[in-house]
Amino acid sequence: MRIVILGCGRLGAYLARRFAQDGHEVVVIDREREALDALGPDFPGETVVGMGIDAEVLRRAGIEGADAFIAVTGYDNTNIMAAEVAREIFGVPRVITRLNDPLRAEIFQELGLKTVSPTALAVEAIRKCLED
Amino acid sequence: MYLIIVGGGKVGYYLSKSLLAEGYEVLLIEKNPRRAAFLIDELGADHVWVGDGCDSSTFAQVGMNRADAVIAVTGDDEDNLVVCLLAKRKFNVPRTIARINNPRNAEIFARLGIDVTVSTTEIIQAQIERALPLRSLVHLLALRRGGIQLVEGKVAPGAPADGRALRELGIPADALVVMVVRGDQTFIPSGETILRAEDEILAVTTPQSEPVLRRLLLGA
Repeated sequence: MRIVILGCGRLGAYLARRFAQDGHEVVVIDREREALDALGPDFPGETVVGMGIDAEVLRRAGIEGADAFIAVTGYDNTNIMAAEVAREIFGVPRVITRLNDPLRAEIFQELGLKTVSPTALAVEAIRKCLED
Repeated sequence: MYLIIVGGGKVGYYLSKSLLAEGYEVLLIEKNPRRAAFLIDELGADHVWVGDGCDSSTFAQVGMNRADAVIAVTGDDEDNLVVCLLAKRKFNVPRTIARINNPRNAEIFARLGIDVTVSTTEIIQAQIERALPLRSLVHLLALRRGGIQLVEGKVAPGAPADGRALRELGIPADALVVMVVRGDQTFIPSGETILRAEDEILAVTTPQSEPVLRRLLLGA
């Protein structure tokens, strides 16, 4: 699969390395070049510096032929906008959006985005720990 | 008419103030408590809500479902988009208006269903183009679907359009000259209309045909 990842923080970098290890073709976008260094010198994928809400930057990252787009910056609204552009403008078949705000995640899930909320997942996991 | 404005910066503040003066019911949403305190002092507590305009619980509390329009004027395009998407899709607000900074976002916002975008960058650019005799068509309005633009330009002396009938010009099928201003006369042209230098032209065009139209009218 060709996977475009927006945001190279801890989550983005880990995802990128993991997918590359699994043999996927990976492109990572971040607005800061230093953030992309976190991928390490042996990262086999491509990197693009730029704003992920800019259609031109997404195009440069090869979004047009991508099988999946994953928006995992730390900013919920940036992720939502990038995901909507990927889905509605570029017709990427699989779009996954990270949203810290569980409520916003729920609403945009209802509105058709595939959302993942690390906050909600952590709350669930911690509650489970206490119940055990 | 109930208008909800999101973002209490300079644009949001002055906009709220003038809409209130015109008698509209206005509620301005601002998330920064310090800024909100200033806004409450200036506009009155009834017209300011302290909260996150991207948060749907805020929306429920301010009665978003009875708003006639939502106007998102924060400094960030993505925040304005999310406000308008929530208003439109979750609360069925009839009109959503977003301020954008990157003019290229106009098309994206339109395709995502936002009714109107206002690009401060483009407004300033259009004013400058009107003030300076640049060889380009001035963008007046982006129409909602298909990226069609209403543009304005003045026929340049010696340009292909100078002294020729519209029909003969070879204007592309997806561009149309809709109005001609000649001195104190304004008229809707036909194919037989012969354009002259200094005629002011209003036309609608797709972005693809704009360069052709520019060359025919302006010769550059």
